[in-house]
Amino acid sequence: MASERNGDGGEKRAENGGGGVEMPEIRYTKLFINGSFVDAVSGKTFETRDPRTGDAIASIAEGDKEDVDLAVRAAREAFDHGKWPRMSGSERGKIMTKYADLLEQHAEELTKLESLDAGKLVVVTRAVDIGASVGTLRYFAGAADKIHGETLKMSRQFQGHTLREPMGVAGLIIPWNFPSIMFFTKVAPALAAGCTMVVKPAEQTPLSALYVAHLAKQAGVPDGVINVVTGFGPTAGAAIASHMDVDMVSFTGSTAVGRLVMEASARSNLKPVSLELGGKSPLIIFDDADVDMAVDLAIGANFFNKGEACVAASRVYLQEGIYDRFEKKLADSLKNWVVGDPFDPRVNQGPQVDKAQYERVLSYIEHGKREGATVLTGGKPCGQKGYYIDPTVFTDVKDDMIIAKEEIFGPVMCLMKFRTVEEVIAKANDTRYGLAAGVVTKDIDVANRMTRSIRAGVVWVNCYFAMDADCPFGGRKMSGYGKDASMHALDKFLAVKSVVTPVYDSPWL
Amino acid sequence: MAAAATRRAASSLVSRCLLGRPAASPAVPSAFRRADGTRGLVPGVLQRFGTAAVAEEPISPPVKVGETKLLINGKFVDAVSGKTFPTLDPRTGEVIAHVAEGDAKDIDLAVAAARKAFDEGPWPRMTAYERSRILLRFADLIEKHNDDLAALETWDNGKTFEQAAHIELPMIARLMRYYAGWSDKIHGLVVPADSPHHVQVLYEPIGVAGQIIPWNFPLLMFAWKVGPALASGNTVVLKTAEQTPLSALYMAKLLHEAGLPEGVVNVVSGFGPTAGAALASHMDVDKVAFTGSTDTGKIIMELSARSNLKPVTLELGGKSPFIIMDDADIDHAVELAHFALFFNQGQCCCAGSRTFVHERVYDEFVEKSKARALKRVVGDPFRKGVEQGPQIDDEQFNKILRYIKSGVDSGATLVTGGDKLGDKGYYIQPTIFSDVQDGMKIAQEEIFGPVQSIFKFNDLNEVIKRANASRYGLAAGVFTNNLGTANTLTRALRAGTVWVNCFDIFDAAIPFGGYKMSGIGREKGIDSLKNYLQTKAVVTPIKNAAWL
Repeated sequence: MASERNGDGGEKRAENGGGGVEMPEIRYTKLFINGSFVDAVSGKTFETRDPRTGDAIASIAEGDKEDVDLAVRAAREAFDHGKWPRMSGSERGKIMTKYADLLEQHAEELTKLESLDAGKLVVVTRAVDIGASVGTLRYFAGAADKIHGETLKMSRQFQGHTLREPMGVAGLIIPWNFPSIMFFTKVAPALAAGCTMVVKPAEQTPLSALYVAHLAKQAGVPDGVINVVTGFGPTAGAAIASHMDVDMVSFTGSTAVGRLVMEASARSNLKPVSLELGGKSPLIIFDDADVDMAVDLAIGANFFNKGEACVAASRVYLQEGIYDRFEKKLADSLKNWVVGDPFDPRVNQGPQVDKAQYERVLSYIEHGKREGATVLTGGKPCGQKGYYIDPTVFTDVKDDMIIAKEEIFGPVMCLMKFRTVEEVIAKANDTRYGLAAGVVTKDIDVANRMTRSIRAGVVWVNCYFAMDADCPFGGRKMSGYGKDASMHALDKFLAVKSVVTPVYDSPWL
Repeated sequence: MAAAATRRAASSLVSRCLLGRPAASPAVPSAFRRADGTRGLVPGVLQRFGTAAVAEEPISPPVKVGETKLLINGKFVDAVSGKTFPTLDPRTGEVIAHVAEGDAKDIDLAVAAARKAFDEGPWPRMTAYERSRILLRFADLIEKHNDDLAALETWDNGKTFEQAAHIELPMIARLMRYYAGWSDKIHGLVVPADSPHHVQVLYEPIGVAGQIIPWNFPLLMFAWKVGPALASGNTVVLKTAEQTPLSALYMAKLLHEAGLPEGVVNVVSGFGPTAGAALASHMDVDKVAFTGSTDTGKIIMELSARSNLKPVTLELGGKSPFIIMDDADIDHAVELAHFALFFNQGQCCCAGSRTFVHERVYDEFVEKSKARALKRVVGDPFRKGVEQGPQIDDEQFNKILRYIKSGVDSGATLVTGGDKLGDKGYYIQPTIFSDVQDGMKIAQEEIFGPVQSIFKFNDLNEVIKRANASRYGLAAGVFTNNLGTANTLTRALRAGTVWVNCFDIFDAAIPFGGYKMSGIGREKGIDSLKNYLQTKAVVTPIKNAAWL
């Protein structure tokens, strides 16, 4: 993870340019509908930009309602009459395993596309993003033949059982911060369940989704099962969420947009909605914590992926006794933190994804200063070109400051002090979010208490970002509902049907 | 899926044999009188193929023997004693190869290797995802070596090459992928406690598993045993049947090619009373799984009891009923009842060896079953279109012939078959008895050969009672179009599997195992993992819990 890397001493800040890295050829720029790459009906395109420079990388077909209609029709046909839901789970699993193998074979090209489009560190993208994508596909390949219904214990002379049937056409709307991981987090369980799908990647990062769509075809996923419509939320995204022929929608993104998705479902066909939204996750560090570990975890939890992570631990609560030691060690560690070109392997942090995010993060930093928080490190943009921001740490943050309440989604850490366990439980839970939490302590009683007391979808004890294909992930409160990853992720793509028939003269009931 | 393939393969074999080949003259006299009063073989295809089986030179197997030594700690080694035993070609009784004969000393070495691999090696310590990737690569290799493995299996076992290559090997690759998928999905529960305690249940690998497999499906049984043991992080000492030691050695080699660390799977060829007994009674073996006869199963359990009380799973014999109601599709029922019994030369623990037919359709059923049996193509298992090869060895061959004689002596009607086929190898005619009574020996004991016994019944309750009046309880077949009857029979039959309007459906996910003296525990499916997992409850107080 980025936080474990210390550069080569001193702050080195590459501006941009790729440092002689050969850039990938952009081969897929059109919508992927029914197994073919096609232009948008309107003929319109939009530009996807390099966050290192703000320059255009490629023109991408801009899907709109009409394109979503075509994609849904293809998915509908593939579900209602196609092979995919009608083949056995093991056959689907075999195709998915092949898909994972292909993804692994094309890891280099995909890594570069992803890093270029999202400003992600190429080293991390290769090891984490693509590795996790392959792993997720393999996990759900192995899950496809393990979707079990139950036989029931009826209290009368009936034989009852449940079937878990594929929901049908899934609408999958994914964000720009982990484009490949999010693609497979949604697509892999949907495939395993036997659903067909329309995927809308974020307009900031359309390249990897189109690229992996062509690999799906090579792996033998039938046409129409995976359709990818690139475009914008208010047009393409809204069309999916409100489509009468889409049977469920799964969305990862901001809480504000999550609300719109749910509303669109309510106003159309009441399709079930699964939402993985924002967070303001606490990282709680107790006096007895190993300070080196705590600092490493805090850096990773806030600055990994330039702070563009829904689980970012943007509220760091420090017990009084460790506060000063932690602050000093943190400031020291960040001296070696390198912001720069994500293609440079010495770099710890790349640019924010686009101008809008960049400006948003800087405005939060200004808010923090205005509200009276102290800037320990950073607090300003980095370099003259592109969307780089210095890793920023605020101290003396109060719970009611905007930077302590709202999701910043950038490299901004807020340090806060607490005295007792009770106090920090109350503070940690005093948020409308409930996505994740970290606890750093050696005390088993404190750890056990915290794990049950914090209202969040995941609690990491003496670790952070410990995501895994088999570990359920998803929030509470306004961080959303429904789980991604793990066998729980299948639930949202399956409809439970009970089947009951009389049983005569049974020797047991 | 596999079963559908089985059915397809079965029916294509049938249609191939119906294509009409020139008839030949009867050559093999029968010792027994048949229902139709004829002597010797009935003219027709069977006879011709029976002749072919004897008259023609055996087809040369398209594979080399390969490994013949014991696999211990990743290396092929001679037995400590230096002894070997011959493994024979059931088509001729001739020696295929001399195989290292493991006994107690070799088992000790194998267990020590497995112990070390478990206690200190990487296998249980690597991530489940890494284990799954090795199993996935293994599955790919099985597919790549499909025909060699199948040929070796046919050569050593006598089963048809088409069955081995097109049904069993694909099933085995499929099983490995299935278990690869389980490895990272082994979940314990977090359970509620009455008191303020946090309780987690961990499923840990049990350790060194001793596995003893039979000769009727050497590779398939290898997969049923090794798959769940490896997926859950155990190490293995596997003893193959002395009749069929070859294919497991080939498979184990592929496992290592796929990246399995040394010592994780050890294969010891040898005999039950020596190698098998040493494994079952070993103090350092944490679990033993056995597939074979009920008599040997008893010995295994006893040896465990007398040594370290290792948990035992047993998949033993059967005398499975196949019940045909009067509303069944008779032609379909005839075909499947035939398949249920004669598949794999009748050498199936779950063979439908008691065919109960409703009296209203009895005569028609017997007539059609006879016609079907007469069409059964018996011959060199390497020949395309052959449905039935030789029995495994002379012991089984003679045992089956004794049962046939017992059937005749006890007054059952011999409808067809009833004798060996040819002068060489262990071929037996597809044999049918009708008017079989429940008290006869052939109605009660497992014959494990191509001998179908047809019983008559007239009432649902009667057939339930008779079907359950067996010390076995492995499987059952039910043929009816009446949903109520199907539901009643499904619950009333005391058997580990009930196939309704189908038989021998063996998907990876379907648990298989017996009631009563057909065994203990289940193989395949999620249940199979539990055989290789130890359950650990972890309890710790939770102070000031926010909820309980």
